Amino acid sequence: MADTPDDNREGALWRSTGVADPASALREWFVREVLPLESALVQYLQHSCRDANEIADLRQDVYVRVYEAARKQIPRPARPFVFTVARNLLINRVRRERIVTIESVVDLDALDVAIDTPGPDRSAIAREELRRLQIAIDHLPPRCREAVVLGRIEGLSGQEIAQRMGISEAAVSKHLATGMFALANILYGERAEKKS
Amino acid sequence: MSARDDETAVLAATEIDMCAAEWLQRRYFWKWNEADQVALDAWLAESSAHEVAYVRLEAAWNATHKLAALQRPKQDRETPKRRRLAMAGIASGVVGAIVLIAAGLVLYLSSPAQQTYATALGQHKTVMLADGSRIELNTNSALRVAVNASGRSVWLDHGEAYFEIAHDARRPFSVVAGDRRVTDLGTEFVIRRDADRMSVALVEGRARVDATDGANSSPLFLKPGDVVEENHRALITSRKTASELKDDLGWRQGVLVFKHTSVAEAAAEFNRYNSSKIVVADASAARISIGGTFKSDNVAAFAEAVRDLLGLHVENRGDETVISR
Repeated sequence: MADTPDDNREGALWRSTGVADPASALREWFVREVLPLESALVQYLQHSCRDANEIADLRQDVYVRVYEAARKQIPRPARPFVFTVARNLLINRVRRERIVTIESVVDLDALDVAIDTPGPDRSAIAREELRRLQIAIDHLPPRCREAVVLGRIEGLSGQEIAQRMGISEAAVSKHLATGMFALANILYGERAEKKS
Repeated sequence: MSARDDETAVLAATEIDMCAAEWLQRRYFWKWNEADQVALDAWLAESSAHEVAYVRLEAAWNATHKLAALQRPKQDRETPKRRRLAMAGIASGVVGAIVLIAAGLVLYLSSPAQQTYATALGQHKTVMLADGSRIELNTNSALRVAVNASGRSVWLDHGEAYFEIAHDARRPFSVVAGDRRVTDLGTEFVIRRDADRMSVALVEGRARVDATDGANSSPLFLKPGDVVEENHRALITSRKTASELKDDLGWRQGVLVFKHTSVAEAAAEFNRYNSSKIVVADASAARISIGGTFKSDNVAAFAEAVRDLLGLHVENRGDETVISR
């Protein structure tokens, strides 16, 4: 289980491989430090925006900015940096596009307190992650879930899944892609309860 | 999309995410060659938005690996086989299935026609009887079988066994576990017995449970899902769902299935199968419940789950795995 959200273990693993590839270091950091903040980030963005597509775009803008900044230097700690980027982005959007109201920016400032509070402990995160995964799988459309379960849990190839389900390979591709997309959203971002 | 002047996002985020998911599934599930990799690298290099989307989806997909480890393996693969068995059962009159767990039982006197079957720790063995009945022995189990013209008897001396009995009205099939006898009445049923208790659970059809010495003269007739448990000679009845019964039989596929099982009980289950033992060092840790499907010989996977998911302390001390707060 090399992908447990255990900072120290992953760090140790990372060092022990002795790989000095900055691109993978950046990815590792992003997965380990930034993605777990997504649910809080989405909540934060919801204070100024209600449209789901809009939030997805905002979230992605934040990620791109954080990622590009981290290419030059990885910000530590990640949490305040990510939320500062989000806040600045929202303020810019208010100025340029008047999408959000001034009041919601005031709210954002009030929220800054929460940004600096430490997250839940590691095992709580792991349990929460597992719970979300379970819910995520449960929420997939039936055929999509079947493809994901066959591929992920039984370890079948795309071709084998097509044979087993009696559907075309193109349909399997579509189910798998949809499943991967939905899993990431539920695992990292949106609240599972709001799903479906 | 609304009119936006962000420098970074040309396509909507969800469109980019779907492209990334398309790449990801292609890479994970279909033939992948050098040219594909070059194409993917080029797409990733096009913009940070692409790369971020891909990294994020891949991380989520990799995280499901953990869930996969905790899911019932080969769940769907098992179904057709079981269906075939059931069909064969209908065709040939095989209608009985019994599971027995017995431990520390006093051996019965052997009669000459008896045959003995046994398994070592962690072993799993299938025995085919001449009448078409099939017996699967779980870890550390022993039983004796006597088949003659008037009847068929099995004595479960210790351990656990699963029976698929070829029904024959003129030759009843009975299984004796300690002071209880379970008789197949042309049905499928499950019996279970531990050190100082025994339980019988009916999978399908009907079965009868009575005392071998006739002391408890009124026999119990079981319906599917019925569970009878004997604890210090008191009989308690309860019900189990088909899926719960199936989970209990996970050992036939070499797995242990836990659902809201306490760490102490789960550890005791693993200890039935392995010479290296799990010790739960304190009571508060023992009470925490865990769920999941584990290979019965993979103590390490269980220890890892306990550590990562429950946040408990796990230490290897030679032959022992010690779990504590």
